[in-house]
Amino acid sequence: MTTIDVGILPVPHEEAPRQESYLNIAYTVKSWALTTDHKRIGVMFLFATSFMLALGGAFALLLRIEHLTPGMTIMDAYTYNRMFTMHGIVMVWLFMIPSIPSAFGNFFVPIMIGAKDVAFPRLNLLSFYIYLVGALWVIVALWMGGVDTGWTFYTPYSAHSPSAVVPAVLGIFILGWSTIVTGINLIVTTHTMRAKGVGWFKMPLFVWTTYGVSIIQTLATPVLALSLCVVGLDHWFDWGLFDAARGGDPVLYQHLFWFYSHPAVYIMILPAMGVISEVVCTFSHKNIASYKAIVYSTLGIAFVGFTTWGHHMFVAGMSVFDADIFGITSMLVAIFSAIKVFTWTLTMRKGSIVLRTPLLYFFAFLFLFVFGGMTGVAVATQALDVHWTDTYFVVAHFHFIMVGGTLTAWLAALHYWFPKMTGRMYPERAGYVGATLVFAGFFMTFFPQFLLGNAGMPRRYYYYDPVFQPLHVVSTVGSWILGFAFIWTLGYLIVACFNGPRAGNNPWDSRSYEWYTTSPPPKHNFVEEPHFVLDPYDYTVPAEKMHA
Amino acid sequence: MPEHVAEQFEDIGKQAHAARLAMWIFVGSEALFFSGLFALYAAYRCEHPWGFGVGVEDNTVAWGSINTLILVVSSYVLTLAVRALRHDKPRASALLIGVTMLLGMAFAFIKVGEWLHHFGDGLYPGGWGHFYEEPGHGDPGTKMFFTLYYCMTGLHEVHIVVGLLVLGFLLYKVLRRQIGSWAPHPLEVGAIYWHFVDMVWLFLWPLFYLMPGAVGR
Repeated sequence: MTTIDVGILPVPHEEAPRQESYLNIAYTVKSWALTTDHKRIGVMFLFATSFMLALGGAFALLLRIEHLTPGMTIMDAYTYNRMFTMHGIVMVWLFMIPSIPSAFGNFFVPIMIGAKDVAFPRLNLLSFYIYLVGALWVIVALWMGGVDTGWTFYTPYSAHSPSAVVPAVLGIFILGWSTIVTGINLIVTTHTMRAKGVGWFKMPLFVWTTYGVSIIQTLATPVLALSLCVVGLDHWFDWGLFDAARGGDPVLYQHLFWFYSHPAVYIMILPAMGVISEVVCTFSHKNIASYKAIVYSTLGIAFVGFTTWGHHMFVAGMSVFDADIFGITSMLVAIFSAIKVFTWTLTMRKGSIVLRTPLLYFFAFLFLFVFGGMTGVAVATQALDVHWTDTYFVVAHFHFIMVGGTLTAWLAALHYWFPKMTGRMYPERAGYVGATLVFAGFFMTFFPQFLLGNAGMPRRYYYYDPVFQPLHVVSTVGSWILGFAFIWTLGYLIVACFNGPRAGNNPWDSRSYEWYTTSPPPKHNFVEEPHFVLDPYDYTVPAEKMHA
Repeated sequence: MPEHVAEQFEDIGKQAHAARLAMWIFVGSEALFFSGLFALYAAYRCEHPWGFGVGVEDNTVAWGSINTLILVVSSYVLTLAVRALRHDKPRASALLIGVTMLLGMAFAFIKVGEWLHHFGDGLYPGGWGHFYEEPGHGDPGTKMFFTLYYCMTGLHEVHIVVGLLVLGFLLYKVLRRQIGSWAPHPLEVGAIYWHFVDMVWLFLWPLFYLMPGAVGR
């Protein structure tokens, strides 16, 4: 084992003797396309999902431009309908759901438990190709003109819509199997591949959250796959399984859809919470305030998440009693989330805090997630929800969770693990600017949408009352700042990939297990078989003794 | 004796454990895949009890029951195959896997035969066909029943075919002595899947053949 870099700031060393890593072991296209190395597969997922983020983001920017004026600005109504649908489909299934588990989870879970690889490396590669095939079908749907049903494919309209429902549904069905395969792989990996010294309650918290997510993925996704299959059959063959005129029940579709899609929200947010737990400990240089609180609240969210789906349907024809039950279970999620939020903030207390870009993203996450979460409690209340259903209030609420929560955590992960994945540092000042712009742009885009929704602006409307225009303009300008922040971030990260100073093994002075190995890690993750003695958040021991 | 321990595992025991665990989780996932259709069946049967009963009456109990018997026996034979492999009797194991596959094929053929018979009666999914115009068959529940019948038995048949392919692959592996008593877990894992597919049928059988409800009385 070579010496360990313990500096808080990255020390740009002289070019060290060439170290073998997963990146330089081979350079051919084949060595990437047929790799079974979980790190390379994780990187490929990262590229693919980032591309989808750019695509979905471009749709979002165009949609915001359309709303600069109450009438037609740049596109007609049918194009607008198809574009907000495709924005949703691309962002939810092609970016959000695989973004952290399939990219960072794939890359870091095996390293964090000291394994050489995931339990089923070939299945892992297959999962990536299944993802590509699914993505391709969604692109086919796009090429055929897109879908105009909304990302939820509500029946009966989705059974009769003239747009390309079948290829889109097929694509999402295929993507579901990619999610399930990755989920099974990560569960089995966590169960069977932990190295010596890594007991269940010594695993880094990110592993716990991906574990919880994988359980949701394997249990919820098949129900979505099935419901979308039936929508496809209804659309293609006119079988009428959800057609009220023929004895079917469209509301039943909503139940089945949200049985998946509400847990899917936790598929998106739980890994983000894992990232945040890592970031807050590393940059506070302090043990997590309560490890078990994070673990049990993670499992609690994973479990309760399955019982809350009805809160999407308060106005769809549901008894007041049912709605109350769903409202109460939804609020339980807020309790578990609050436990996490307090644990994170308590962790920072009396820590030796080092402000780096990932921590800045943590602050953004904390504020936006709490904001989004509290409005979530509000919309889980029946009486209020009836007022806000299908308005911009709901749109703003879930964007606060998904963009404000997941996307900022994704950016935190990208910066936090950038040195480990590439072996180089990103420019810190540029990172500060990027994080600030993301926060400002995000807030400016979505905060006005709460006000719009509360004032009665319905979601998915093409024309709107001119009174709403000022707030729409603010929101649109905000989206430009957000868009610019992403281009800025992409720019400096690409430059840093090639020209950043060498990072060293542990530039953040972290105790989490992925920092024990070299940056970037070798093919089998550790040069020698690791045996972890310290806890992953034990900052009582100086870094020199990490390996003792 | 060839021991194929993948490089990421320490020993064959851990690898076998991982394979079994993965299959059990996959079975859980599959169960939820089917559960969506079971939910549709339950909800629509509550809404249209009479129409569903008419549909159940129209199905031939004998064929459904023969198929149940076939699958149950096939599962039993497959457990014998696993036991034979564990006791280092690859020839016996291969023979028993072969018998399982023959039983599986018999099931698949009978099922296809039933569908063809239904098509002959003018009974298609989605409420299409002249069957529904005959007296007593016009209830929307009957249409829904047969649409679900085709969806659920069709999805099950797909699983049977996949199971047969898996068993065929395992048979080849046993014959080539690539799996044996030193590592019987691939066959065990395949057997878990096959038993699961049988289990699903044990639920489809009463729902589509045995429970006519008020219509049967």
